Amino acid sequence: MSADDTIDPSRRDFLYIATGMAGVVGAGALAWPFIDQMRPDASTLALSSVEVDVSSLTPGMSLTVKWRGKPVFIRNRTPEEIEVAQKVSLNELKDPLARNANLTSDAPANDLDRSAGEGKENWLVMIGVCTHLGCIPLGQQGEYGGWFCPCHGSSYDTAGRIRKGPAPENMAVPVFSFISDTKIRVG
Amino acid sequence: MSGGHSTYTPKTGIGRWIDARMPLPRLVYDSFIAYPVPRNLNYAYTFGGILAIMLVAQILTGVVLAMHYVADTRLAFDAVEKIMRDVNSGWLLRYLHSNGASMFFFAVYIHIFRGLYYGSYKAPRELLWILGCIIYLLMMATGFMGYVLPWGQMSFWGATVITGFFTAIPLVGTWIQELLLGGFAVDNPTLNRFFALHYLLPFMIAGVVVLHVWALHVVGQTNPTGIEVKSKTDTVAFTPYATIKDGFAMLLFFLLFAWFVFYIPNFLGHPDNYIPANPLKTPAHIVPEWYFLPFYAILRAITFNIGPIDSKLGGVLAMFGAIAVLFVVPWLDTSKVRSAVYRPWYKLFFWLFVIDAIFLGWLGSRPAEGSYVAMAQVATLYYFAFFIVVMPVLGLIETPKRMPNSITEAVLAKNKGGAGHPAGATASPETKG
Ligand code: HEM
Ligand code: FES
Repeated sequence: MSADDTIDPSRRDFLYIATGMAGVVGAGALAWPFIDQMRPDASTLALSSVEVDVSSLTPGMSLTVKWRGKPVFIRNRTPEEIEVAQKVSLNELKDPLARNANLTSDAPANDLDRSAGEGKENWLVMIGVCTHLGCIPLGQQGEYGGWFCPCHGSSYDTAGRIRKGPAPENMAVPVFSFISDTKIRVG
Repeated sequence: MSGGHSTYTPKTGIGRWIDARMPLPRLVYDSFIAYPVPRNLNYAYTFGGILAIMLVAQILTGVVLAMHYVADTRLAFDAVEKIMRDVNSGWLLRYLHSNGASMFFFAVYIHIFRGLYYGSYKAPRELLWILGCIIYLLMMATGFMGYVLPWGQMSFWGATVITGFFTAIPLVGTWIQELLLGGFAVDNPTLNRFFALHYLLPFMIAGVVVLHVWALHVVGQTNPTGIEVKSKTDTVAFTPYATIKDGFAMLLFFLLFAWFVFYIPNFLGHPDNYIPANPLKTPAHIVPEWYFLPFYAILRAITFNIGPIDSKLGGVLAMFGAIAVLFVVPWLDTSKVRSAVYRPWYKLFFWLFVIDAIFLGWLGSRPAEGSYVAMAQVATLYYFAFFIVVMPVLGLIETPKRMPNSITEAVLAKNKGGAGHPAGATASPETKG
């Protein structure tokens, strides 16, 4: 066998490296579909928007809709709730970012940027999932009058901002828009 | 103990024919009949056999349950109820399987504590120990995914919280979580893949068990003295001595198992899991199965940020760290003496650790508020200190007790006079080959 090596070592080296490379690249390329199939599939992604009629919500009322398997809280906030939330200064917040998918990622967590915006400050639309480990917080409870997560005790304020407990972030505001005065499209 | 030449001699023609072609009977004979084991093994050493039979039991009941189960979020809960009410003997099979999982974990915890007490992880058994840790990890994954299958409230919310751990990882966390879930929340794709994996993992466990036993048979068993086998008088043959002892222990273990299955089948479960999963309503109080509670307590004990690591990531790291630390135990323990029998201080810290682990388990079942949090923090601190401080430091400063020269000497000293002990213990192993 060693005779071959001495006669034409470069030929064997070439085969060795080429086979090895093809093996590595092939295995990698083949592994990807196995991982890729685990990601959310087309039908899951297709459920990506819901339309909600909010005409029946008077101030102080909320409703929950299911979007992408998660609850979305839509709340028509009372003037008092808005006022309390507006008074909070940014440096009192655990998470100073708005986490609002409709704004830039560095938008600050002031009350306006958490709400549906200028003229629609009373509307709060957010994914009702605790940013700690994913439980659903209970509305109008807890120390800050917003939401309270029973799982590990996180308290959110009336703008859905994390104020106390293990959760690291404010509850996320999904992409949404008012398609008419009384209709919201989430997603 | 290792590499002893085979004493198998096939007696029949067929036996010789097979032996020349594929010596499987020889392997079985050498591994489970003639195999020499230390003569002083106590009942703590019977849990390996118990674990093996529990794995077989879980696979048997599991495969039968799978014939009636449907992995679809609309049907899963009802399918399990159908097993309970309509399928002939279904209730028994399901209770055997759900309580069997608990028994399996109960046995593995004793097995692990046995290892920590007698220093079973020390050279040359590091790999054996690590393989055991891998089995334990796979068991945890299997148990977790199995608990999701009945699709009750605890199934759903347990899965939500546990997959939520991954979102703590910076940058790629959410991507990984969605990869595990196959969506943005626990849903049908999640249930389906968990069922596929729950079916697969026990067979992977079986594979690692083979490696575990292989490694065991290369280095041999430890024994309560921690002294290696030195001569033939230190050992007895696996059959009949260990087989009978293991068999008897299994019988007692099955009595306990049966007591759970027939008298208190839901004692270890959570009543909320008899409520169908509701993605829009979190139960007031989420708890995992009892065997995960100590780790759950550790997760929730980290309520503060540690430098750049926020409390959420910190909790997840501490929880995984509590398991990961087991893997490096062989290198953390610096003591030259293997067994706690000759280590008075280690013995004390060991039992404190056992109490600490049980205490953490209890804390994991309490809500994470008030003084429970502070207690969990203290208990978590000791959990890690036992491995990271006590193990390395104690090995250097502790004065061990005088050790006997051999297993035989230890046994004879214990049964002073010699005449008093049962014939089986001394029946000369030589005659057994
Ligand atoms: C390492 C071994 C195993 C462990 C620790 C284990 C654990 C579990 C647990 C904790 C449950 C939930 C029981 C309940 O609360 O209802 C479960 C359910 C289930 N397991 Fe396993 N399992 C194992 C092996 C298997 C195997 C090999 C199969 C074969 C397919 C299987 C099939 C099932 C099925 C169909 C269910 C759903 C029915 C039910 O909930 O009772 N399991 N398993
Ligand atoms: S999931 Fe809400 S506090 Fe942990």
